[in-house]
Amino acid sequence: MHSTPTTFLELGGVLFSLGILGHLAMRGGISPIPLYLLGGLAFGHGGLLPLGASEEFIEVGAEIGVVLLLLTLGLEYTAEELLHGLRRNAPAGVLDLVLNATPGVVAAFLLGWGPVAAVVLGGVTGISSSGIIAKVLGDLGRLGNRETPVVLSVLVLEDLAMAVYLPILTALLAHQTFGRGSVTVAVALGLLVAVLFVALRHSDKVTRLVFNPKADRNDEILLLRVLGLALLVAGIAQRMQVSAAVGAFLVGIALSGPVAEGAQEVLSPLRDLFAAVFFVFFGMQTDPAKIPSALLAGSLLAIAGVVTKVITGWWAARRAGIGTMGRFRAGAALVARGEFSIVIAGLAVAAGIEPKLGPLAACYVLLMAIIGPLAARFVEPVTRAGRRRLAARRPPSAAPG
Amino acid sequence: MEIEETALPGIGLRHDFQTRGGRRLGVVSHHHGRRDLVIYDAEDSDATRECVPLTAEESDALSELLGAPHIVEKLTDISKAFAGLVGEQIAIQPDSPYAGRPLGDTQARTRTGASIVAVVRDQIVHASPRPDFRFEVGDIVVVVGTPDNTASVAALLRTG
Repeated sequence: MHSTPTTFLELGGVLFSLGILGHLAMRGGISPIPLYLLGGLAFGHGGLLPLGASEEFIEVGAEIGVVLLLLTLGLEYTAEELLHGLRRNAPAGVLDLVLNATPGVVAAFLLGWGPVAAVVLGGVTGISSSGIIAKVLGDLGRLGNRETPVVLSVLVLEDLAMAVYLPILTALLAHQTFGRGSVTVAVALGLLVAVLFVALRHSDKVTRLVFNPKADRNDEILLLRVLGLALLVAGIAQRMQVSAAVGAFLVGIALSGPVAEGAQEVLSPLRDLFAAVFFVFFGMQTDPAKIPSALLAGSLLAIAGVVTKVITGWWAARRAGIGTMGRFRAGAALVARGEFSIVIAGLAVAAGIEPKLGPLAACYVLLMAIIGPLAARFVEPVTRAGRRRLAARRPPSAAPG
Repeated sequence: MEIEETALPGIGLRHDFQTRGGRRLGVVSHHHGRRDLVIYDAEDSDATRECVPLTAEESDALSELLGAPHIVEKLTDISKAFAGLVGEQIAIQPDSPYAGRPLGDTQARTRTGASIVAVVRDQIVHASPRPDFRFEVGDIVVVVGTPDNTASVAALLRTG
Protein backbone atom coordinates (compact mmCIF):
# COMPACT_ATOMS: atom_id res chain seq x y z
CA MET A 1 0.00 0.00 0.00
CA HIS A 2 2.24 2.79 1.28
CA SER A 3 5.88 2.52 0.45
CA THR A 4 8.62 3.13 2.98
CA PRO A 5 10.32 5.90 0.98
CA THR A 6 7.08 7.94 0.89
CA THR A 7 6.62 7.54 4.63
CA PHE A 8 10.21 8.61 5.26
CA LEU A 9 9.89 11.60 2.94
CA GLU A 10 6.69 12.78 4.60
CA LEU A 11 7.89 12.18 8.13
CA GLY A 12 11.24 13.78 7.44
CA GLY A 13 9.53 16.74 5.83
CA VAL A 14 7.21 17.16 8.83
CA LEU A 15 9.97 16.91 11.44
CA PHE A 16 12.32 19.16 9.47
CA SER A 17 9.69 21.85 9.06
CA LEU A 18 8.89 21.57 12.78
CA GLY A 19 12.57 22.17 13.43
CA ILE A 20 12.44 25.34 11.34
CA LEU A 21 9.23 26.48 13.07
CA GLY A 22 10.81 25.80 16.48
CA HIS A 23 13.82 27.86 15.48
CA LEU A 24 11.59 30.75 14.38
CA ALA A 25 9.66 30.55 17.67
CA MET A 26 12.89 30.67 19.65
CA ARG A 27 14.08 33.67 17.66
CA GLY A 28 10.80 35.45 18.32
CA GLY A 29 10.88 34.52 22.00
CA ILE A 30 7.55 32.68 21.88
CA SER A 31 6.54 29.09 22.58
CA PRO A 32 6.84 26.72 19.60
CA ILE A 33 3.46 25.10 20.40
CA PRO A 34 1.31 27.54 18.34
CA LEU A 35 3.61 27.13 15.35
CA TYR A 36 3.44 23.32 15.62
CA LEU A 37 -0.35 23.60 15.62
CA LEU A 38 -0.22 25.79 12.52
CA GLY A 39 2.11 23.24 10.94
CA GLY A 40 -0.45 20.55 11.73
CA LEU A 41 -3.19 22.62 10.09
CA ALA A 42 -1.08 22.80 6.93
CA PHE A 43 -0.39 19.04 6.88
CA GLY A 44 -3.96 17.94 7.62
CA HIS A 45 -6.97 17.33 5.41
CA GLY A 46 -7.91 20.55 3.68
CA GLY A 47 -4.49 22.03 4.44
CA LEU A 48 -1.75 23.19 2.11
CA LEU A 49 0.25 19.95 2.07
CA PRO A 50 -1.99 17.08 3.17
CA LEU A 51 -0.09 13.99 4.26
CA GLY A 52 -1.01 10.45 3.27
CA ALA A 53 1.44 7.70 4.03
CA SER A 54 2.68 8.77 7.44
CA GLU A 55 -0.66 9.59 9.00
CA GLU A 56 -0.93 6.28 10.85
CA PHE A 57 2.50 6.66 12.35
CA ILE A 58 1.73 10.22 13.38
CA GLU A 59 -1.47 9.07 15.05
CA VAL A 60 0.34 6.47 17.19
CA GLY A 61 3.15 8.96 17.81
CA ALA A 62 0.61 11.50 19.03
CA GLU A 63 -0.76 9.03 21.58
CA ILE A 64 2.75 8.29 22.81
CA GLY A 65 3.20 12.07 23.01
CA VAL A 66 0.22 12.35 25.39
CA VAL A 67 1.59 9.51 27.54
CA LEU A 68 5.01 11.19 27.71
CA LEU A 69 3.56 14.66 28.43
CA LEU A 70 1.61 13.32 31.39
CA LEU A 71 4.37 11.01 32.58
CA THR A 72 6.79 13.95 32.77
CA LEU A 73 4.08 16.12 34.37
CA GLY A 74 3.73 13.46 37.07
CA LEU A 75 7.52 13.26 37.46
CA GLU A 76 7.82 17.02 37.82
CA TYR A 77 6.55 17.17 41.38
CA THR A 78 6.99 14.66 44.20
CA ALA A 79 4.02 13.40 46.20
CA GLU A 80 5.29 15.44 49.17
CA GLU A 81 5.34 18.60 47.07
CA LEU A 82 1.78 17.93 45.94
CA LEU A 83 0.46 17.42 49.47
CA HIS A 84 2.49 20.32 50.84
CA GLY A 85 1.09 22.57 48.12
CA LEU A 86 -2.42 21.40 48.91
CA ARG A 87 -2.00 22.15 52.61
CA ARG A 88 -0.43 25.59 52.17
CA ASN A 89 -2.11 27.01 49.09
CA ALA A 90 -5.45 25.29 48.73
CA PRO A 91 -7.43 28.59 48.62
CA ALA A 92 -5.32 29.86 45.70
CA GLY A 93 -5.85 26.55 43.91
CA VAL A 94 -9.61 26.67 44.39
CA LEU A 95 -9.80 30.26 43.18
CA ASP A 96 -7.62 29.35 40.18
CA LEU A 97 -9.90 26.51 39.15
CA VAL A 98 -13.21 28.23 39.74
CA LEU A 99 -12.18 31.49 38.10
CA ASN A 100 -10.44 29.97 35.09
CA ALA A 101 -12.79 27.11 34.33
CA THR A 102 -15.81 29.45 34.37
CA PRO A 103 -15.24 31.14 30.97
CA GLY A 104 -14.98 27.75 29.26
CA VAL A 105 -18.04 26.33 31.01
CA VAL A 106 -20.10 29.45 30.25
CA ALA A 107 -18.97 29.47 26.62
CA ALA A 108 -19.97 25.81 26.14
CA PHE A 109 -23.46 26.47 27.50
CA LEU A 110 -23.86 29.69 25.48
CA LEU A 111 -22.89 27.79 22.34
CA GLY A 112 -25.42 25.11 23.27
CA TRP A 113 -22.90 22.25 23.41
CA GLY A 114 -24.21 20.62 26.59
CA PRO A 115 -22.73 19.67 29.96
CA VAL A 116 -20.00 17.24 28.81
CA ALA A 117 -18.53 19.81 26.42
CA ALA A 118 -18.74 22.32 29.28
CA VAL A 119 -16.54 20.08 31.43
CA VAL A 120 -14.08 19.78 28.53
CA LEU A 121 -13.94 23.49 27.74
CA GLY A 122 -13.65 24.36 31.44
CA GLY A 123 -10.54 22.20 31.57
CA VAL A 124 -9.15 23.76 28.39
CA THR A 125 -9.45 27.31 29.74
CA GLY A 126 -8.58 26.34 33.33
CA ILE A 127 -5.19 24.73 33.16
CA SER A 128 -2.01 26.72 32.58
CA SER A 129 0.93 25.35 30.65
CA SER A 130 3.58 24.44 33.23
CA GLY A 131 6.01 23.76 30.37
CA ILE A 132 5.73 27.24 28.82
CA ILE A 133 5.66 28.97 32.21
CA ALA A 134 8.74 27.24 33.63
CA LYS A 135 10.61 28.04 30.39
CA VAL A 136 9.54 31.69 30.37
CA LEU A 137 10.41 32.23 34.04
CA GLY A 138 13.83 30.70 33.42
CA ASP A 139 14.42 32.73 30.24
CA LEU A 140 13.45 35.98 31.94
CA GLY A 141 15.70 35.17 34.91
CA ARG A 142 12.77 35.26 37.30
CA LEU A 143 13.35 31.94 39.09
CA GLY A 144 14.79 33.83 42.04
CA ASN A 145 11.89 36.29 42.22
CA ARG A 146 9.89 36.17 45.40
CA GLU A 147 6.58 35.72 43.60
CA THR A 148 7.89 32.68 41.69
CA PRO A 149 7.13 30.14 44.47
CA VAL A 150 3.53 31.42 44.37
CA VAL A 151 3.32 30.83 40.62
CA LEU A 152 4.85 27.37 40.98
CA SER A 153 2.51 26.42 43.81
CA VAL A 154 -0.49 27.30 41.63
CA LEU A 155 0.96 25.02 38.95
CA VAL A 156 1.46 22.24 41.52
CA LEU A 157 -2.19 22.50 42.52
CA GLU A 158 -3.30 22.43 38.89
CA ASP A 159 -1.23 19.30 38.54
CA LEU A 160 -3.14 17.73 41.43
CA ALA A 161 -6.43 18.97 40.00
CA MET A 162 -5.56 17.27 36.68
CA ALA A 163 -5.18 13.98 38.56
CA VAL A 164 -8.80 14.29 39.73
CA TYR A 165 -10.15 15.94 36.59
CA LEU A 166 -8.76 13.59 33.93
CA PRO A 167 -10.43 10.41 35.24
CA ILE A 168 -13.74 12.26 35.58
CA LEU A 169 -13.40 13.67 32.07
CA THR A 170 -12.51 10.36 30.44
CA ALA A 171 -15.36 8.62 32.21
CA LEU A 172 -17.79 11.30 31.03
CA LEU A 173 -16.47 11.09 27.49
CA ALA A 174 -16.78 7.32 27.44
CA HIS A 175 -20.29 7.18 28.87
CA GLN A 176 -21.62 10.62 27.89
CA THR A 177 -23.61 10.86 31.13
CA PHE A 178 -22.71 11.63 34.72
CA GLY A 179 -24.61 8.64 36.12
CA ARG A 180 -23.08 5.76 34.17
CA GLY A 181 -19.59 7.22 34.37
CA SER A 182 -19.56 7.26 38.15
CA VAL A 183 -18.20 3.71 38.51
CA THR A 184 -15.23 4.50 36.28
CA VAL A 185 -14.67 7.73 38.16
CA ALA A 186 -14.75 5.86 41.48
CA VAL A 187 -12.21 3.34 40.16
CA ALA A 188 -9.91 6.07 38.88
CA LEU A 189 -10.10 8.20 42.02
CA GLY A 190 -9.53 5.12 44.18
CA LEU A 191 -6.44 4.38 42.10
CA LEU A 192 -5.26 7.96 42.53
CA VAL A 193 -5.54 7.81 46.32
CA ALA A 194 -3.81 4.42 46.33
CA VAL A 195 -0.98 5.74 44.14
CA LEU A 196 -0.52 8.85 46.29
CA PHE A 197 -0.43 6.65 49.40
CA VAL A 198 2.09 4.27 47.84
CA ALA A 199 4.15 7.18 46.53
CA LEU A 200 4.30 8.73 50.00
CA ARG A 201 4.95 5.60 52.00
CA HIS A 202 6.57 3.08 49.71
CA SER A 203 7.99 5.05 46.82
CA ASP A 204 11.33 3.31 47.32
CA LYS A 205 9.72 -0.03 46.42
CA VAL A 206 8.05 1.27 43.26
CA THR A 207 11.24 3.01 42.41
CA ARG A 208 13.17 -0.24 42.67
CA LEU A 209 11.05 -1.62 39.83
CA VAL A 210 12.78 0.67 37.39
CA PHE A 211 16.03 1.41 39.13
CA ASN A 212 18.54 -0.45 41.24
CA PRO A 213 19.91 2.10 43.70
CA LYS A 214 23.08 0.09 44.26
CA ALA A 215 24.03 -0.23 40.60
CA ASP A 216 25.63 2.57 38.63
CA ARG A 217 23.14 4.68 36.77
CA ASN A 218 22.60 3.56 33.22
CA ASP A 219 20.54 5.91 31.09
CA GLU A 220 19.64 3.29 28.51
CA ILE A 221 18.20 0.85 31.02
CA LEU A 222 16.46 3.63 32.93
CA LEU A 223 14.83 4.95 29.74
CA LEU A 224 13.62 1.53 28.62
CA ARG A 225 12.24 0.60 32.02
CA VAL A 226 10.46 3.90 32.76
CA LEU A 227 8.99 4.19 29.28
CA GLY A 228 8.01 0.52 29.28
CA LEU A 229 6.35 0.80 32.67
CA ALA A 230 4.48 3.96 31.67
CA LEU A 231 3.20 2.40 28.43
CA LEU A 232 2.18 -0.79 30.23
CA VAL A 233 0.21 1.10 32.88
CA ALA A 234 -1.22 3.41 30.20
CA GLY A 235 -2.39 0.36 28.27
CA ILE A 236 -3.98 -1.21 31.34
CA ALA A 237 -5.66 2.09 32.22
CA GLN A 238 -7.03 2.39 28.68
CA ARG A 239 -8.42 -1.16 28.89
CA MET A 240 -10.19 -0.19 32.12
CA GLN A 241 -11.53 2.89 30.27
CA VAL A 242 -9.63 5.21 32.60
CA SER A 243 -7.56 6.70 29.75
CA ALA A 244 -3.90 6.10 29.01
CA ALA A 245 -3.07 9.67 30.02
CA VAL A 246 -4.23 9.09 33.61
CA GLY A 247 -2.22 5.87 33.88
CA ALA A 248 0.98 7.53 32.68
CA PHE A 249 0.40 10.45 35.02
CA LEU A 250 0.03 8.14 38.03
CA VAL A 251 3.27 6.32 37.12
CA GLY A 252 5.00 9.71 37.09
CA ILE A 253 3.71 10.57 40.55
CA ALA A 254 4.63 7.16 41.98
CA LEU A 255 8.27 7.42 40.90
CA SER A 256 10.37 9.68 43.06
CA GLY A 257 13.85 10.63 44.17
CA PRO A 258 16.93 10.29 41.95
CA VAL A 259 15.05 8.00 39.55
CA ALA A 260 12.47 10.69 38.89
CA GLU A 261 15.17 13.25 38.17
CA GLY A 262 17.13 10.83 36.01
CA ALA A 263 13.99 9.73 34.20
CA GLN A 264 13.02 13.33 33.49
CA GLU A 265 16.42 13.92 31.98
CA VAL A 266 16.45 10.87 29.72
CA LEU A 267 12.80 11.26 28.71
CA SER A 268 12.86 14.93 27.83
CA PRO A 269 14.23 14.60 24.25
CA LEU A 270 11.72 11.82 23.55
CA ARG A 271 8.94 13.89 25.05
CA ASP A 272 9.87 16.91 22.94
CA LEU A 273 9.76 14.79 19.78
CA PHE A 274 6.47 13.01 20.47
CA ALA A 275 4.78 16.06 21.99
CA ALA A 276 5.57 17.96 18.78
CA VAL A 277 4.05 15.06 16.82
CA PHE A 278 1.00 15.28 19.08
CA PHE A 279 0.53 19.02 18.44
CA VAL A 280 0.87 18.41 14.71
CA PHE A 281 -1.65 15.58 14.88
CA PHE A 282 -4.12 17.80 16.73
CA GLY A 283 -3.64 20.46 14.07
CA MET A 284 -4.08 17.87 11.31
CA GLN A 285 -7.41 16.77 12.76
CA THR A 286 -8.63 20.34 12.73
CA ASP A 287 -10.13 21.57 9.49
CA PRO A 288 -8.47 24.92 8.67
CA ALA A 289 -11.71 26.09 7.03
CA LYS A 290 -13.42 25.98 10.46
CA ILE A 291 -10.82 28.18 12.18
CA PRO A 292 -12.18 31.58 11.03
CA SER A 293 -15.65 30.86 12.44
CA ALA A 294 -14.08 29.85 15.77
CA LEU A 295 -11.93 32.97 15.88
CA LEU A 296 -14.50 35.25 17.52
CA ALA A 297 -15.39 32.85 20.36
CA GLY A 298 -11.70 31.97 20.69
CA SER A 299 -10.65 35.60 21.04
CA LEU A 300 -13.35 36.34 23.60
CA LEU A 301 -12.27 33.28 25.59
CA ALA A 302 -8.65 34.41 25.31
CA ILE A 303 -9.46 37.85 26.72
CA ALA A 304 -11.39 36.26 29.58
CA GLY A 305 -8.54 33.79 30.08
CA VAL A 306 -5.96 36.56 30.44
CA VAL A 307 -8.10 38.46 32.93
CA THR A 308 -8.96 35.45 35.11
CA LYS A 309 -5.35 34.22 35.33
CA VAL A 310 -4.04 37.69 36.16
CA ILE A 311 -6.63 37.95 38.96
CA THR A 312 -5.63 34.49 40.24
CA GLY A 313 -1.92 35.30 40.28
CA TRP A 314 -2.50 38.76 41.72
CA TRP A 315 -4.61 37.38 44.56
CA ALA A 316 -2.31 34.43 45.32
CA ALA A 317 0.74 36.72 45.39
CA ARG A 318 -1.01 39.25 47.61
CA ARG A 319 -1.81 36.42 50.00
CA ALA A 320 1.91 35.65 50.15
CA GLY A 321 2.73 39.28 50.97
CA ILE A 322 4.21 40.21 47.57
CA GLY A 323 4.25 43.86 46.40
CA THR A 324 2.06 45.29 43.63
CA MET A 325 4.54 44.77 40.81
CA GLY A 326 5.20 41.19 41.88
CA ARG A 327 1.45 40.48 42.03
CA PHE A 328 1.02 41.51 38.41
CA ARG A 329 4.13 39.57 37.40
CA ALA A 330 2.66 36.45 39.05
CA GLY A 331 -0.65 36.98 37.26
CA ALA A 332 0.93 37.50 33.86
CA ALA A 333 3.22 34.50 34.30
CA LEU A 334 0.20 32.22 34.71
CA VAL A 335 -1.53 33.33 31.49
CA ALA A 336 0.06 30.80 29.11
CA ARG A 337 -2.05 27.78 28.14
CA GLY A 338 -0.62 25.06 25.99
CA GLU A 339 0.05 21.35 26.03
CA PHE A 340 -2.52 20.30 28.63
CA SER A 341 -5.35 22.31 27.10
CA ILE A 342 -4.60 20.46 23.87
CA VAL A 343 -4.44 17.11 25.67
CA ILE A 344 -7.90 17.73 27.14
CA ALA A 345 -9.34 18.92 23.83
CA GLY A 346 -7.65 15.98 22.09
CA LEU A 347 -9.43 13.50 24.36
CA ALA A 348 -12.74 15.18 23.56
CA VAL A 349 -12.07 15.23 19.82
CA ALA A 350 -11.14 11.54 19.89
CA ALA A 351 -14.42 10.80 21.67
CA GLY A 352 -16.20 12.83 18.98
CA ILE A 353 -18.46 14.88 21.22
CA GLU A 354 -18.72 18.23 19.42
CA PRO A 355 -17.17 18.89 16.00
CA LYS A 356 -16.69 22.61 16.62
CA LEU A 357 -14.80 22.05 19.87
CA GLY A 358 -11.51 21.11 18.18
CA PRO A 359 -11.19 24.29 16.10
CA LEU A 360 -12.19 26.45 19.08
CA ALA A 361 -9.62 24.80 21.36
CA ALA A 362 -6.95 25.07 18.65
CA CYS A 363 -7.75 28.74 18.19
CA TYR A 364 -7.72 29.38 21.96
CA VAL A 365 -4.37 27.67 22.53
CA LEU A 366 -2.88 29.38 19.46
CA LEU A 367 -3.71 32.73 21.03
CA MET A 368 -2.87 31.86 24.64
CA ALA A 369 0.47 30.20 23.91
CA ILE A 370 1.51 33.39 22.08
CA ILE A 371 -0.03 35.88 24.52
CA GLY A 372 1.26 34.09 27.63
CA PRO A 373 5.02 34.59 27.17
CA LEU A 374 4.43 38.12 25.80
CA ALA A 375 2.30 39.00 28.83
CA ALA A 376 5.02 37.76 31.18
CA ARG A 377 7.62 39.77 29.28
CA PHE A 378 5.75 43.07 29.05
CA VAL A 379 3.86 43.07 32.34
CA GLU A 380 6.42 45.28 34.06
CA PRO A 381 6.40 48.28 31.68
CA VAL A 382 2.61 48.02 31.30
CA THR A 383 2.05 47.96 35.06
CA ARG A 384 4.51 50.80 35.58
CA ALA A 385 2.75 52.92 32.96
CA GLY A 386 -0.63 52.10 34.48
CA ARG A 387 0.55 53.07 37.95
CA ARG A 388 2.01 56.33 36.67
CA ARG A 389 -1.25 57.23 35.03
CA LEU A 390 -3.13 56.34 38.19
CA ALA A 391 -0.75 58.37 40.33
CA ALA A 392 -1.08 61.38 38.00
CA ARG A 393 -4.85 61.30 38.33
CA ARG A 394 -4.80 61.15 42.12
CA PRO A 395 -3.31 63.69 44.50
CA PRO A 396 0.30 62.74 45.28
CA SER A 397 -0.48 61.83 48.91
CA ALA A 398 -2.65 58.91 47.81
CA ALA A 399 0.02 57.10 45.80
CA PRO A 400 -0.82 53.40 45.45
CA GLY A 401 1.14 51.08 47.75
CA MET B 1 22.51 37.03 59.23
CA GLU B 2 19.37 35.09 58.43
CA ILE B 3 19.30 32.86 55.38
CA GLU B 4 15.81 32.14 54.09
CA GLU B 5 15.13 28.81 52.39
CA THR B 6 12.21 28.44 49.97
CA ALA B 7 11.24 25.32 48.04
CA LEU B 8 10.64 25.78 44.31
CA PRO B 9 8.53 22.76 43.34
CA GLY B 10 9.79 21.15 40.16
CA ILE B 11 12.89 23.33 40.07
CA GLY B 12 14.81 23.09 43.33
CA LEU B 13 15.57 25.38 46.26
CA ARG B 14 16.14 29.07 46.74
CA HIS B 15 18.28 30.54 49.51
CA ASP B 16 18.45 34.26 50.02
CA PHE B 17 19.62 36.78 52.59
CA GLN B 18 20.07 40.49 53.12
CA THR B 19 23.55 41.99 53.24
CA ARG B 20 24.51 44.53 55.89
CA GLY B 21 24.42 47.14 53.12
CA GLY B 22 20.74 46.39 52.56
CA ARG B 23 20.99 44.44 49.28
CA ARG B 24 19.36 41.05 48.87
CA LEU B 25 21.32 38.14 47.40
CA GLY B 26 20.18 34.64 46.64
CA VAL B 27 21.08 31.33 45.07
CA VAL B 28 18.64 29.11 43.18
CA SER B 29 19.80 25.48 43.33
CA HIS B 30 18.35 23.43 40.50
CA HIS B 31 17.74 19.70 40.92
CA HIS B 32 20.25 18.93 38.18
CA GLY B 33 23.16 20.78 39.79
CA ARG B 34 22.85 24.13 38.02
CA ARG B 35 23.02 27.17 40.29
CA ASP B 36 21.65 30.65 39.59
CA LEU B 37 23.27 33.50 41.44
CA VAL B 38 20.59 36.16 41.84
CA ILE B 39 20.89 39.77 42.93
CA TYR B 40 17.62 41.42 43.90
CA ASP B 41 16.48 44.81 42.69
CA ALA B 42 17.16 47.57 45.20
CA GLU B 43 13.73 49.16 44.63
CA ASP B 44 11.46 46.18 44.03
CA SER B 45 12.74 43.63 46.54
CA ASP B 46 10.54 40.88 45.04
CA ALA B 47 12.30 41.03 41.68
CA THR B 48 15.74 39.86 40.64
CA ARG B 49 17.82 42.40 38.82
CA GLU B 50 20.55 40.00 37.77
CA CYS B 51 20.40 36.25 37.40
CA VAL B 52 23.64 34.51 36.51
CA PRO B 53 23.35 30.79 35.69
CA LEU B 54 26.41 28.81 36.86
CA THR B 55 27.44 25.24 36.07
CA ALA B 56 28.45 22.99 38.99
CA GLU B 57 32.10 23.69 38.19
CA GLU B 58 31.63 27.46 38.01
CA SER B 59 29.75 27.62 41.29
CA ASP B 60 32.53 25.60 42.95
CA ALA B 61 35.06 28.06 41.58
CA LEU B 62 33.00 31.03 42.76
CA SER B 63 32.54 29.64 46.26
CA GLU B 64 36.28 29.05 46.45
CA LEU B 65 36.98 32.61 45.34
CA LEU B 66 34.63 33.79 48.04
CA GLY B 67 36.79 31.99 50.58
CA ALA B 68 35.23 28.66 51.43
CA PRO B 69 38.00 26.07 51.57
CA HIS B 70 41.06 28.12 52.46
CA ILE B 71 42.21 25.13 54.43
CA VAL B 72 42.52 23.08 51.28
CA GLU B 73 44.74 25.71 49.76
CA LYS B 74 47.14 25.30 52.66
CA LEU B 75 47.09 21.55 52.31
CA THR B 76 47.91 21.68 48.64
CA ASP B 77 50.89 23.91 49.35
CA ILE B 78 52.62 20.69 50.31
CA SER B 79 53.09 20.02 46.64
CA LYS B 80 55.48 22.94 46.36
CA ALA B 81 57.78 21.34 48.94
CA PHE B 82 58.32 18.14 46.96
CA ALA B 83 59.37 18.45 43.36
CA GLY B 84 57.29 16.37 40.95
CA LEU B 85 54.39 15.91 43.34
CA VAL B 86 51.13 17.79 43.01
CA GLY B 87 48.13 18.15 45.25
CA GLU B 88 44.76 18.07 43.54
CA GLN B 89 41.33 18.90 44.90
CA ILE B 90 38.55 16.87 43.41
CA ALA B 91 34.91 17.49 44.23
CA ILE B 92 32.51 14.54 44.50
CA GLN B 93 29.87 15.41 41.92
CA PRO B 94 26.23 14.29 42.28
CA ASP B 95 26.71 11.84 39.41
CA SER B 96 29.92 10.37 40.81
CA PRO B 97 29.64 6.59 41.16
CA TYR B 98 31.36 6.85 44.55
CA ALA B 99 28.93 9.33 46.13
CA GLY B 100 27.63 7.52 49.21
CA ARG B 101 30.22 4.73 48.93
CA PRO B 102 33.27 4.11 51.13
CA LEU B 103 36.72 5.31 50.14
CA GLY B 104 38.01 1.72 50.13
CA ASP B 105 35.77 0.95 47.11
CA THR B 106 37.77 3.30 44.92
CA GLN B 107 41.03 1.34 45.43
CA ALA B 108 42.59 4.60 44.38
CA ARG B 109 46.14 3.87 45.51
CA THR B 110 46.39 0.47 43.86
CA ARG B 111 44.66 1.62 40.68
CA THR B 112 46.39 4.99 40.22
CA GLY B 113 49.39 5.26 42.53
CA ALA B 114 48.20 8.53 44.07
CA SER B 115 47.10 8.89 47.71
CA ILE B 116 43.97 10.45 49.12
CA VAL B 117 45.41 12.46 52.00
CA ALA B 118 42.33 14.34 53.19
CA VAL B 119 38.65 14.98 52.57
CA VAL B 120 37.11 18.37 53.22
CA ARG B 121 33.44 18.35 54.10
CA ASP B 122 31.56 21.49 55.19
CA GLN B 123 34.89 23.25 55.68
CA ILE B 124 36.07 20.57 58.12
CA VAL B 125 39.20 18.68 57.14
CA HIS B 126 39.16 14.94 57.67
CA ALA B 127 42.88 14.15 57.43
CA SER B 128 44.08 10.65 56.48
CA PRO B 129 40.58 9.24 55.93
CA ARG B 130 40.25 5.49 56.57
CA PRO B 131 39.02 3.04 53.91
CA ASP B 132 35.56 2.97 55.55
CA PHE B 133 35.17 6.77 55.15
CA ARG B 134 31.98 7.32 53.14
CA PHE B 135 32.03 9.96 50.39
CA GLU B 136 29.16 12.40 50.10
CA VAL B 137 28.22 14.70 47.24
CA GLY B 138 30.11 17.96 47.65
CA ASP B 139 33.10 16.44 49.46
CA ILE B 140 36.45 17.85 48.31
CA VAL B 141 38.97 15.04 48.04
CA VAL B 142 42.62 16.07 48.36
CA VAL B 143 44.94 13.80 46.40
CA VAL B 144 48.74 13.85 46.31
CA GLY B 145 50.80 12.19 43.61
CA THR B 146 52.39 12.81 40.23
CA PRO B 147 50.27 14.91 37.82
CA ASP B 148 49.33 11.80 35.82
CA ASN B 149 48.36 9.84 38.91
CA THR B 150 46.19 12.57 40.38
CA ALA B 151 44.49 13.05 37.03
CA SER B 152 43.57 9.37 37.00
CA VAL B 153 42.07 9.71 40.49
CA ALA B 154 39.98 12.62 39.23
CA ALA B 155 38.74 10.49 36.34
CA LEU B 156 38.12 7.58 38.69
CA LEU B 157 36.00 9.66 41.06
CA ARG B 158 34.08 11.17 38.18
CA THR B 159 33.24 8.10 36.15
CA GLY B 160 34.40 5.04 38.09
